[in-house]
Amino acid sequence: MSTRPNWFGRGWLAAGYFFLYIPIVLLIVFSFNESRQDVVWRGFTLNWYRALIDDKEIIEGAILSLKIAFLTGILSVILGTFAAFVLVRYKRFLGRTAFSGMVNAPLVMPEVIVGLSLLLLLVSLQNTAAFSWLNRGMFTILIGHALLGMAYATVVVQSRLQEMDRSIEEAAMDLGCRPGQVFFLVTLPNITQALMSAFLLTFTISLDDVVISQLLSGPGSSTMPIVIFSRARLGLDPRVNAVATITIVVVTIAVIASSLYLARSERRRQKEISAAFSAEAAS
Amino acid sequence: MNKLLARLMPNNPGRAVVIGVPYLWLVLFFLLPFLIVLKISVSEMNVGQPPFKPLTEMVDNFLNIRVYLGNFISLFDVANDDLYARTYLSSLKYAAWTTIFCLVIGFPFAYFMARARPTIRPALLMLVMMPFWTSFLLRVYAWKAILTTNGVFNQILIGLGIIGEPLHMLHTPFSLMIGMVYVYLPFMILPLYANLVKLDGRLLEAAADLGATPWQRFWLVTVPLSKSGIIAGSMLVFIPCVGEFVIPELLGGPETLMIGRVLWDELFSNNDWPRAAAVAVVTILLIIVPLAIFNKYQAESQGERT
Repeated sequence: MSTRPNWFGRGWLAAGYFFLYIPIVLLIVFSFNESRQDVVWRGFTLNWYRALIDDKEIIEGAILSLKIAFLTGILSVILGTFAAFVLVRYKRFLGRTAFSGMVNAPLVMPEVIVGLSLLLLLVSLQNTAAFSWLNRGMFTILIGHALLGMAYATVVVQSRLQEMDRSIEEAAMDLGCRPGQVFFLVTLPNITQALMSAFLLTFTISLDDVVISQLLSGPGSSTMPIVIFSRARLGLDPRVNAVATITIVVVTIAVIASSLYLARSERRRQKEISAAFSAEAAS
Repeated sequence: MNKLLARLMPNNPGRAVVIGVPYLWLVLFFLLPFLIVLKISVSEMNVGQPPFKPLTEMVDNFLNIRVYLGNFISLFDVANDDLYARTYLSSLKYAAWTTIFCLVIGFPFAYFMARARPTIRPALLMLVMMPFWTSFLLRVYAWKAILTTNGVFNQILIGLGIIGEPLHMLHTPFSLMIGMVYVYLPFMILPLYANLVKLDGRLLEAAADLGATPWQRFWLVTVPLSKSGIIAGSMLVFIPCVGEFVIPELLGGPETLMIGRVLWDELFSNNDWPRAAAVAVVTILLIIVPLAIFNKYQAESQGERT
């Protein structure tokens, strides 16, 4: 029975991909458009890229965003690994249901509410004597992003841990490894790829976040999305298109490179595993 | 008591640390903030710092606890001000329409993806996921340039001679819906694809052998078997849509009421923190039912895997 998509299926897929990609293509095209306010093509220019160099607000925002994204990635991966380990390995402990609920909740909770609740926590802390020094800024944004990032990192690491072969851990234990050694020498190398994709994912989520950043940012801590959002609210700004083009190019290259790298190391790992088994069979 | 202690402090201290670290983090930055939201939602507004009055007071050596329900009552005082009731209804309405459109576009899309040659499936999947890696904010912003009065869409329509005058499309329910469907479509496609790609083709063949028409095969075999994917995708679209803020702010208009925007205005324009907290509490109550459905199916699909 023929199940390949017919002309209708192909057409549907093509239209769907067109819908998904046309805004991104136009975003890039208009970053080279000479006209400032219009969205009519008036000729090719690199002016908006030149204007970016002098745009302190965006440059500083980008640097701050990258810093926060990097730290968010690291913190989320550490917390997410802990949480995934707990969820996969410890089937019974006090409050497990509450734990898994809390881990997953930020995935679906509206960001406005997550941000609002952290903001209210912050304000309540500021009104106590011990934390009156605490101000909105990079640190508070980082906490908010890591709360969101942890949820995503947990999902990624969890699925890898679930399919991992536990017998190699048991073998290590039989050979006298302490639990800590088993984790760092056996488990961790086995889930490195999941940790890397979790880092990339949480890094980009942090780099992109507006709502939580805006709620938890203070004067002088405007991340790049906050700057872009405030300009986008006012109208169209070709410099935003230029920033967009640069980030799209960088992210696309990074994603393609990392997925190629991951695919290659996965193939190498499979080859090593089968080589090990065939060596065993031969002996 | 000893038993409880033994459960809390197992003989393996490593285990206690492994559980304790993420647990403490979540209690501090997830549970505690929500309890504070609850507390402030039953406080009275205060002009000054903090912008809400304390719940507890010591009066003549008595501890007075005052729970103020005015914030909640005013949300549903339709006779006086029906802004909130209308906003909740319209948020649910836009979220439901977004879910329906995503399903109608996304189901055939995921179906055809899953039926494509196995060699090109990873590339098709990658192409759906790529927009995820591109900034969400910038993709929403891009629609502004497309839908604005002298924008690309109007230029094309005029160029084709379909319309004479440019249409007003930006900041209308139409532009809001386009933005929401656009952003959330991959959230619908991915779980559906994951589900449909596992569909056993032999079942369809069996149905065909037994005389089912293609239409019957679709409705009686494919759809029931992909039920968990449909539910997961729908919840992944519906729940975040209810509280969406950025898309209505950039693409919506004054008449497209969404709860995220009203909450934001309460907080930053009116400085009414107790009211904002009450709005948040009611929003959580609204999405808690779909959330429970989602968790149930999520647990089931994880159970299938192990």
